[in-house]
Amino acid sequence: MNFDDTPQEAAFRAEARAWIAANAPKQYEDELAKASLGRLVLSGANVLDVAKAWQKKKADAGWACLHWPKEYGGRGSSPIERVIWQQEEGAFGKLSRMFIIGHGMCGPTMMAYASEEHKRNYLPPLASGEKVWCQLFSEPAGGSDVAGLRTRAERDGDDWVINGQKIWTSGAHYSDYGILITRTDPTVPKHKGLTMFFLDMKSPGVEIKPIKQANGQSEFNEVYFTDVRIPDSQRLGAVGDGWNVSLTTLMNERMSIGASVATGFPELFDYCNDLVIDGAPAIDDRAVRAKLANWAVKASGLKYTAFRSISALSRGERPGPENSIGKLVAGSMIQEVATYALDLQGAAGVVSDPAQAEVAGKFQAMLLRSPATRVEGGTDEILRNIIAERVLGLPGDIRVDKDVPFNKIPTKGRG
Amino acid sequence: MNFEFSDDQKQLRDQARRFLAEKCPPKAVRAVLEGSAGYDKALWSGLAEMGFLGVAIPEEFGGTGAGHLELCVIAEEMGRALAPVPFSSTVYLAAEALMLAGSDAQKQKWLPKIASGEAVGALALFEGPGNPSPQAIKVAAANGVLNGVKKPVADGAIADFAIVAARVGSSGRETDIALYLVDLKAGGVEAKTLTNVDPSRNQAELTFKNCKAEPLGAANEGWSILTRVLDRAAVLMAFEQVGGADRALEMGRDYALDRIAFGRQIGSFQAIKHILADMYVAATLARSNCYYGAWALSTNAGELGEAAATARISATQAFQHCSKQNIQVHGGMGFTWEFDCHLYYRRSNALALSLGSLSYWEDQLIERMRKKNVA
Ligand SMILES: Cc1cc2nc3c(=O)[nH]c(=O)nc-3n(C[C@H](O)[C@H](O)[C@H](O)COP(=O)(O)OP(=O)(O)OC[C@H]3O[C@@H](n4cnc5c(N)ncnc54)[C@H](O)[C@@H]3O)c2cc1C
Ligand SMILES: Cc1cc2nc3c(=O)[nH]c(=O)nc-3n(C[C@H](O)[C@H](O)[C@H](O)COP(=O)(O)OP(=O)(O)OC[C@H]3O[C@@H](n4cnc5c(N)ncnc54)[C@H](O)[C@@H]3O)c2cc1C
Repeated sequence: MNFDDTPQEAAFRAEARAWIAANAPKQYEDELAKASLGRLVLSGANVLDVAKAWQKKKADAGWACLHWPKEYGGRGSSPIERVIWQQEEGAFGKLSRMFIIGHGMCGPTMMAYASEEHKRNYLPPLASGEKVWCQLFSEPAGGSDVAGLRTRAERDGDDWVINGQKIWTSGAHYSDYGILITRTDPTVPKHKGLTMFFLDMKSPGVEIKPIKQANGQSEFNEVYFTDVRIPDSQRLGAVGDGWNVSLTTLMNERMSIGASVATGFPELFDYCNDLVIDGAPAIDDRAVRAKLANWAVKASGLKYTAFRSISALSRGERPGPENSIGKLVAGSMIQEVATYALDLQGAAGVVSDPAQAEVAGKFQAMLLRSPATRVEGGTDEILRNIIAERVLGLPGDIRVDKDVPFNKIPTKGRG
Repeated sequence: MNFEFSDDQKQLRDQARRFLAEKCPPKAVRAVLEGSAGYDKALWSGLAEMGFLGVAIPEEFGGTGAGHLELCVIAEEMGRALAPVPFSSTVYLAAEALMLAGSDAQKQKWLPKIASGEAVGALALFEGPGNPSPQAIKVAAANGVLNGVKKPVADGAIADFAIVAARVGSSGRETDIALYLVDLKAGGVEAKTLTNVDPSRNQAELTFKNCKAEPLGAANEGWSILTRVLDRAAVLMAFEQVGGADRALEMGRDYALDRIAFGRQIGSFQAIKHILADMYVAATLARSNCYYGAWALSTNAGELGEAAATARISATQAFQHCSKQNIQVHGGMGFTWEFDCHLYYRRSNALALSLGSLSYWEDQLIERMRKKNVA
């Protein structure tokens, strides 16, 4: 049991460190270090532009999507090397946020199901950030129950014609491509009639409407499809096999989200060191310490759980459903942390204007964004079901719609 | 980086698990719980024969010299099996204190006896309510004798020797406290067993009356040695707690699969599934923190203080949570003497208080993190 680099790992770390020191956009380092959930602002610059420039620079030097094969824009690195890179990239890694869905979910799905030609065409510009991808899964009728989706795909010659609506699509407004799950057969039970595609978001008939979120920002969108044509060559997996394809995506989603979700603890710890209550640093207060200690051990537990997964990964084991715990724990934790940080501020905690509020309104922004973490990428309840069923082996939920043809499933709750 | 026990260490775990499954079934725990022996002597000898008591003791002092990672592995199995023996008192506390601060003669005298199962050790620290603190220590040492009362002392009534924290000065500083080694069979000490929440382990009151004692370590370093011993023991205890937490989770899971209510396995109700999922989460976080502690312990890393407090808090929470929720999953059956749920519940709450309770470790953790932050 050790944290030491092997000689090769140490050499890799030195190379990465030197390259980052010479190439990273240092002018933004301070602001990036201060950014947290719900707030990332770079003065005088557009975050997306800065992020794309950094991603392209990394890709040109062979530091993008490290674990992908070289021919698809990666570096063919080991899981450990990927972790070393993340450690060295530090705050600049926050610029990768808008690529998480593309790199973490769309890319692996393409890698598993696209034709060789498509992989060579589409994956390198995805790796380099020149093209941004989104994930078109959730619908008004199906979020947790994704398989309840209603967007139709109908065969017409060499094409498929898409009609319907997606919702909660993060980044659709700046995405070039998307992976899209559709219903191709409504007469069979719901999991059996699905098919996956990828498409150009600029295709005629695609309409994107931003949704204003509860925290006032607009990261996600509604996406409408009216007679959108997708060539059959852009189908991922067999017709009717979309559910299995989506599981690849969702498992990768848990890995990429789960391994890196923010807990808010480092921010709160720093804040309690600086904040003075009744003439003494907050951190000297026993009640504050008890709270901090409880969150400290959760944050640490998540960190070392991730280390254990990485060890397992580098021994060649597959990432399993146990990775669901990362987001489950961090999601409610960051919400509690933000609530407590405001509590420490007393009545002044209500002020959120960055110019007036404590630590530039960081915790107020965190509070308002945090409910989404417990919903996106699988709700807390769905994650608990996954742990109970897939890790502990408890019975699955009783599914009343399992063997019913999709078009016979009721669509309304009350009335 | 490699954040996993080695294949040899995993083999040792399997060996310990098999041994304990055979020699320490719940029946053996109940025999101590309901009897007056204070511990399972046959199991204790068996553990010695297996070499488990001396895994971290160097060969020159009668141990196998395997190391502390191996001891972590065994501690976890002891926790799973609720082994009713003075393992933590003797191995995590007394042996660690001797290895850290004992003279060569003291080590020669006691360590081989620990490894062979001939001597049971204990740490006499607490004097009534309160957490570890130099101010709380009133037992006085003067002219080579001790006077005063220690309670509770885990395994105090079955121990052959004790490490005693005693007051040698009144300056109000940590240096007022020194450690002493007392042969409990040599007279001058009266031991009285205390009824406690987990009778499968002994708790005692020790009264020292002009009791002969020899210094352990330098006189003014008693508190700093003690703090280091507690940190080392905290990691080992955390493994014991994680072992218990995992077993309680398994018991709950198994019952949820077997029990039918409303025509279904109760494990098919989400209310029960989510209870069990949360138990799994707590146990997993604790295990990962324990691995961090094991690394720090086995390498004497500068992070040991922080890692030990982290592992200790996390494992205390996990074992208490899992043992409590295991009863909940069992419904009325969980509240019977006959089912084993209460054995885990009792043990989890007793271990939570040994070595200082949660609030002590929470305070230690943040103090240590704060110091590192300033440095
Ligand atoms: C910020 C954000 C970004 C997102 N980005 C994307 C994206 O890019 N692409 C995309 O496709 N989707 C995205 N989503 C959608 C997200 O995946 C869904 O919101 C999520 O899966 C929940 O689905 P829902 O909103 O339909 O809620 P519902 O499924 O209607 O859930 C409502 C409540 O019921 C509970 N519930 C539902 N089913 C069960 C069950 N079987 N057992 C117990 N409880 C249950 C849920 O836990 C929840 O509490 C995003 C969501 C958010 C908040
Ligand atoms: C101290 C004590 C005194 C008692 N006194 C009396 C008395 O005087 N008279 C009397 O008749 N009974 C008495 N009882 C029995 C008591 O009412 C039952 O123990 C209780 O109703 C639970 O039933 P059970 O033990 O069969 O557990 P189960 O029903 O087997 O429950 C086991 C677990 O499954 C959960 N569970 C079961 N069904 C569901 C569901 N549909 N949804 C979600 N979760 C579920 C339960 O919440 C529990 O966590 C007493 C029990 C105790 C502990």
